[in-house]
Amino acid sequence: MTDAPPHMRPERSFQGLILSLQRYWADWGCIILQPYDMEVGAGTFHPATTLRALGPKPWNAAYVQPSRRPKDGRYGENPNRLQHYYQFQVILKPSPPDIQELYLQSLYTIGIKPEFHDIRFVEDDWESPTLGAWGLGWECWCDGMEVSQFTYFQQVAGFECAPVSGELTYGLERLAMYVQGVDRVYDLNFNGREGSRKVSYGDVFLQAEKEYSRHNFEHSDTDMLFEQFRMAEAACRKYLDAGWLTDGNVRRHAMALPAYDQCIKASHVFNLLDARGVISVTERQSYILRVRELAKACGEAWLATEAGGAA
Amino acid sequence: MPDLLLELFSEEIPARMQAKAAEDLRKLVTDKLVDAGLVYEGAKAFVTPRRLALAVHGVPVRQPDVKEERKGPRVGAPENAIAGFLKAAGLSSIDQAKVQPDKRGDFYVAVIEKPGRAAIDVIAGIVPEVMRGFPWPKAMRWGGGSLTWVRPLHSIVATFGPETEEPGIVPFAIDGIAAGNVTRGHRFLAPETIVVRRFDDYLHKLEAAKVVLDPWRREQMILADAKDLAFAQGYDLVEDAGLLSEVAGLVEWPVVLIGSFEEAFLSIPPEVIRTTIRNNQKCFVLRSPSHPPLEGEGRSRSERGGVSGGTKVTPSRSPSATDLPPPGGGEASTRLAPRFILVANTEATDGGKAIVAGNERVIRARLADAKFFYETDLKTRLEDRLPKFEHIVFHEKLGTQAERIARIERLAAELAPIVGADVEKAKRAAKLCKADLLTEMVGEFPELQGLMGKYYALAQGEDPSVAAACEEHYKPLGPTDRVPTDPVSVAVALADKIDTLVGFWAIDEKPTGSKDPYALRRAALGAIRIVLENKTALSLRELAEWHSENCFGKRYLDVASAIDNLMNFFEDRLTVQLRDQNARHDLVSAVLATGSLVEGHQLIRIVDRVEALGKFLDTDDGKNLLAGYKRATNIIRIEEKKDKREYTGTPDASLYQLPEERDLAKAIDAAKKESTAAVAREDFAGAMAAIAPLRPRVDAFFDKVTVNVDDASLRENRLKLLNEIREATRAVADFSRIEG
Repeated sequence: MTDAPPHMRPERSFQGLILSLQRYWADWGCIILQPYDMEVGAGTFHPATTLRALGPKPWNAAYVQPSRRPKDGRYGENPNRLQHYYQFQVILKPSPPDIQELYLQSLYTIGIKPEFHDIRFVEDDWESPTLGAWGLGWECWCDGMEVSQFTYFQQVAGFECAPVSGELTYGLERLAMYVQGVDRVYDLNFNGREGSRKVSYGDVFLQAEKEYSRHNFEHSDTDMLFEQFRMAEAACRKYLDAGWLTDGNVRRHAMALPAYDQCIKASHVFNLLDARGVISVTERQSYILRVRELAKACGEAWLATEAGGAA
Repeated sequence: MPDLLLELFSEEIPARMQAKAAEDLRKLVTDKLVDAGLVYEGAKAFVTPRRLALAVHGVPVRQPDVKEERKGPRVGAPENAIAGFLKAAGLSSIDQAKVQPDKRGDFYVAVIEKPGRAAIDVIAGIVPEVMRGFPWPKAMRWGGGSLTWVRPLHSIVATFGPETEEPGIVPFAIDGIAAGNVTRGHRFLAPETIVVRRFDDYLHKLEAAKVVLDPWRREQMILADAKDLAFAQGYDLVEDAGLLSEVAGLVEWPVVLIGSFEEAFLSIPPEVIRTTIRNNQKCFVLRSPSHPPLEGEGRSRSERGGVSGGTKVTPSRSPSATDLPPPGGGEASTRLAPRFILVANTEATDGGKAIVAGNERVIRARLADAKFFYETDLKTRLEDRLPKFEHIVFHEKLGTQAERIARIERLAAELAPIVGADVEKAKRAAKLCKADLLTEMVGEFPELQGLMGKYYALAQGEDPSVAAACEEHYKPLGPTDRVPTDPVSVAVALADKIDTLVGFWAIDEKPTGSKDPYALRRAALGAIRIVLENKTALSLRELAEWHSENCFGKRYLDVASAIDNLMNFFEDRLTVQLRDQNARHDLVSAVLATGSLVEGHQLIRIVDRVEALGKFLDTDDGKNLLAGYKRATNIIRIEEKKDKREYTGTPDASLYQLPEERDLAKAIDAAKKESTAAVAREDFAGAMAAIAPLRPRVDAFFDKVTVNVDDASLRENRLKLLNEIREATRAVADFSRIEG
């Protein structure tokens, strides 16, 4: 983005950084999706990753995903921690042989150049107990800071991934703080303008961080949340049951996506309950297990759809 | 003779797996070479983050030829038998077979000559086989392929040939990757392809392409440069062998840099600083030396050039993971320096300025977090955190953490007088020792549990013994960890472990096979070491019974058998522990047979007895007595079997005929009496000494007295006398369990 106007350059503008990454991956051949319209804990939950990682069909996509981690709220007082932040997610299936090079090139386009920086791949195995998923890969370090996660999916929703997808997750705020040289997330320049036209990350999100921290830790309606968990779980099961069709000898599924939405819902509600500290250690395990069972059933349903590769 | 060069080039291999992978590659390939008749002269494996390499030199060009004889049917056998034999042996006519006679007639024998295959072809079979079965702790697939490797594999170098000729490429491919002679240099500094021939040019070309192949050399380079950089600024490197090896596994071209952080962070406990910087950033910390270096004494950092570059240093690794001094309140905190050493994997064009600045920012942010946690934690007294434990489940069947703490407190109070601790202090320590689990700092760095408890206890003015126990009650954490010695720590540490063990035995969650999720083996071994190293006179059985009665009552279905089982578990741990200290397991078993933990005997007495027995058996008296004992029991066993009866009971003194019989009987009476008395006063060496005089009497008996005489009553009496030898030694140990 060297030809970009100053306010669009990644080292000055949060949105410029996002747009640079989008342009880079679009140029490579990814479809650029928009965020999923539900609350999720990470970009991986987007059906464009979780479900599309299953089955034989090639799939290359990139998107920004707002991610909610209710427990990580700090009332806007911690310079690095947020209960709502952005991930930039890239999923390449099958993982191309030059995926590491592609990733390093993407860093180059946002101004992280290996001539000046120490870029390292440090072991980090990824596991999502709620999604029944695991993969091997690394944390990508730039000068000692973790800026991305890099994972080769081995299993999702309890199913082996074949082919294997490569997943890149950029922590956008961290990356932006690094390239902008800012120590406090709220000081990020959001729009790349200066003076009265400048909008900071704090202008956009500080109030939200305070309000949601209050909500997540003190006021969220736990009775409602327990009920919502139960309802989402039941609805997911109901849609899954209703979606199975038999076409001759072949079992097909016709509602994998709506069912999976309920699984996402249950997962987020669980995170909210967990943040309120109303789930005991032993119960916690059983809630995670319940979400995982939903995810597995959704994965199974997805594999019986056209996009999931069912003949 | 030809050499083999093998390089498996992949994406970044986790540092912790590298050393073992190199060793596995060496062993697996060379074992198969030897199995294939290719005995080599030497082999060495190397590893970097991106490559596993193996050099094997002095491999024969071919396998030796093998001649194999296959026996066929009898001469004149039916035609189909002959045809089958010809087919199996690969012969076209029966004339090609030899005729050999044996006891039953003449037989056809086919001599099959198997010429040895060319080594390069054998290797082409061995390497893919090794790769497919490679024992990575975790392996993965990638793209559309089916090969599994630790991370995606990109290329293979495999060349084979003598020094004097252009080597050949070993002809194999695995999952579409064909072996060749091309590799790559450093990811950023020399990404171009490199053509290599054999190990020596491979090593030099890699070095020129900014890759130091030998992990040990990378470690030495890092260590030398880190020390120099620290020294130049007037500090000492806090050495850390584990971190050094990890960091050497993260770089192909180590570039050591120094960074700094604000002095103000030094108010945080030094262990916290070190944990943050080490675990999260993989950087080394420095400390102020006890004697600052003289002006002008600092050396400049040595330049590093090609293969021979780098400062030669003698490795001076400390045996432990760290040589950070043990924390001692505020004293230790003044010793860390506001500096850190980082190891980059690249030579930046700005000399590393941006890299240092970036690392400093991350470390500053981490230390700011840590400082915030520390200061926040100090605002709440430990006892004020305790009510929260009422809502935290320790284990579904064992209740909440609060209940567990109450149990530990009761047991620690009970133990205090036994171990010489002040009861009130032991109770106080037990009450507070888990409270740091609820602090921000331990939430963030679980590995600091206990240590933070100590800091916070000291900060709120607790007695130093109470504070120390907050840390030490977890100890010992492993077989090499220090055992607490302060009586308060001993009481709480023992109470913690006994509560865990009695509890999990009460709900029947014992370790099985390799599964020990609650680390109960470690707890038992810890309790054993605490008791032994502090020479604490207590019966584990009585302690466990007291605790289960007073704190668990209802949970047991069968208290006695559960505690029997727990004591057996302790005995097994004890045997393992003593074996590790080179004590013979048969002696442990001989001693346990006469007085076990199950029967409520004291651990320290059992160990004393094993020691005394070992010493006794090292003497001539001991060895000969054991031999006499074995001889006596063998005779009795044989005769008892023959006669289908036992020879027990007191011999009849009136039937003694020879002086040797009388002397032995007298010696046995004396030995029994004296050894039993010695055991009663816990004088095990004395007990051994008491049975030592038996030895010449036993020897004389065997010399002069015939046991199997015709007179039946005389024979019976002599057998009974022999049996008395057995009885006499039982006061000390069950000699029948001693080997040799």
